[in-house]
Amino acid sequence: MSVTNNARGIAEAVAFRAPATAGVRVRGLSDRAVAWLFILPTMLLLLAINIFPLIWAIRLSFTGLMANLPTPARFIGIDNYIDILTDEDIWANFQITAHFVFWTIALQVLVGLGLALLINQKFRGHGFWTTVILLPMMLSPAVVGNFWTLLFQPQIGPFNYLIGFFTGAAPSSFTMIGSVALAPWTIVLVNTWMWTPYVMLICLAGLRSIPDYIYEAAEVDRASPLRQFLSITFPMVLPFLMLAVRFQAIQSFVMFDLVNLLTSGGPGSTTELVSITLKRAAFEKWETGYASALAVILFVTIFGAANIYVKALNKVKQQ
Amino acid sequence: MSAAQSPRPFSEPSPLVRWLAGAVVVLYAIVTILPLVWIGATAFKSQEDAIAYPPKVFFTPTLEGFVDLFTVQTHQSHDFIAKLPPPQTWYEKIARDRDMVIAGPSRVVERFLNSLIIGFGSMLLATFLGTLAAYGFSRFRVPLSDDLLFFILSTRMMPPIAVAVPIYMMYRWLGLYDTRIGMILLYTAVNLSLAVWLLKGFIDEIPREYEEAALVDGYTRLQAFRKVVLPQARPASRRPQSSALFSRGTSMRSISC
Repeated sequence: MSVTNNARGIAEAVAFRAPATAGVRVRGLSDRAVAWLFILPTMLLLLAINIFPLIWAIRLSFTGLMANLPTPARFIGIDNYIDILTDEDIWANFQITAHFVFWTIALQVLVGLGLALLINQKFRGHGFWTTVILLPMMLSPAVVGNFWTLLFQPQIGPFNYLIGFFTGAAPSSFTMIGSVALAPWTIVLVNTWMWTPYVMLICLAGLRSIPDYIYEAAEVDRASPLRQFLSITFPMVLPFLMLAVRFQAIQSFVMFDLVNLLTSGGPGSTTELVSITLKRAAFEKWETGYASALAVILFVTIFGAANIYVKALNKVKQQ
Repeated sequence: MSAAQSPRPFSEPSPLVRWLAGAVVVLYAIVTILPLVWIGATAFKSQEDAIAYPPKVFFTPTLEGFVDLFTVQTHQSHDFIAKLPPPQTWYEKIARDRDMVIAGPSRVVERFLNSLIIGFGSMLLATFLGTLAAYGFSRFRVPLSDDLLFFILSTRMMPPIAVAVPIYMMYRWLGLYDTRIGMILLYTAVNLSLAVWLLKGFIDEIPREYEEAALVDGYTRLQAFRKVVLPQARPASRRPQSSALFSRGTSMRSISC
């Protein structure tokens, strides 16, 4: 295995170095020119749309700017950062966010991977039911947030009515959105409902990419179904699953729209994710400098976590 | 190659396993779709039925909601409505029954069109740029490619709410504010990182021997990409990933700038 890999690697290295060094140019553009031609548009667009806001935010984070006052921004050094890092409420918000991210990811992976494995059994009509399952993901978070608010309405909402119908509890005896104990789970529930199909899709793509002959070889070797799952299916789906997890984790970390519409951080601040704190600071208290500092801290946190995660992902891929 | 198409006794699940898997998936699909069915049903309810307790499963359908959506109406007194000439169309009649008079069409069609243009525009652009970049990263030795890929990923890490104000100022400055092209570029940027990462995983799986054969046969790189790689990537990208991209493209609409 390693020998063939090596040979292939050398062959590739030769093949890719040849045009540049030996001048054996294939007709048309050189490989290097094609590579940059293909990559540059993407890089330029992302730089233009992303770097400017970042620099802007970093610059503002060292000032005490209040966007609603005419006074010019005053440089105050790292005061904003000190304020945030010593504020216990901010730490509480980070904990709430961690709870939200952990449980949405855990549930999405569990349900998403499970569904993908089941759908991959290719029962009759699996295409149709896959499409049905995908529907929640295709809605806009604005619609989802507004509509679940109505579904969760304690007096007239069908959700409470159904729960009451099956458990015998009075439908208006609990509120999914207004109760301190339930609200953190409500946002997890709705986010999971909306984004599980996404994890499922990517897992399904991973499952479909496993060639059948591997299973055939395993059958010939009399590997049990459990063994096949542990040695073939799971390792081959894992890179895809981890890709999905990373995108979902980042998205849940900066989640704003859905939760803002559902609970807007309430009751009290039990569902106040960091991005909701950010919005409150930026657009309700108008502490622009402070909010920018918080945004930078959030960015650095995610950046660091994602960096560690990508390293782990690369390790998994290499195996 | 032909072995893959022929029926295989191996690795085919037994009928019982299939049936059970189907049952579980169908059950999940029904539970997950219930809220959507409820949304759909509520669209055809009258205002009273929509907020009735206990929630109404059976009701007489009405187009009230749709008339409200597509028209601008004013509330008038009974006497005023009695003096008006009788309603000409079915939708006027629905409005009159609730003491409303239709003043004109609403702007919802125009807005929906905006959504379509921005959604499809950004989806197409992100897929196009994403495929190119993914191919570039997958096939060539790009210096610092791991770092560049991580940069592409990192563009999603800024909370959208924090990005909104600087982008707004930048767009004012560039004259892109309140234009469709500006929105398309913005959503493309949002979707692009996902597109590059997903499509790269894909193109990695297409054996490069095909292209190399094409190159030997005298194709240029671009021709090989267009005539060998794209046709192979297409059937794949039509399935799961592309729908994932599409949904991202359409659902990101709610971030306003």
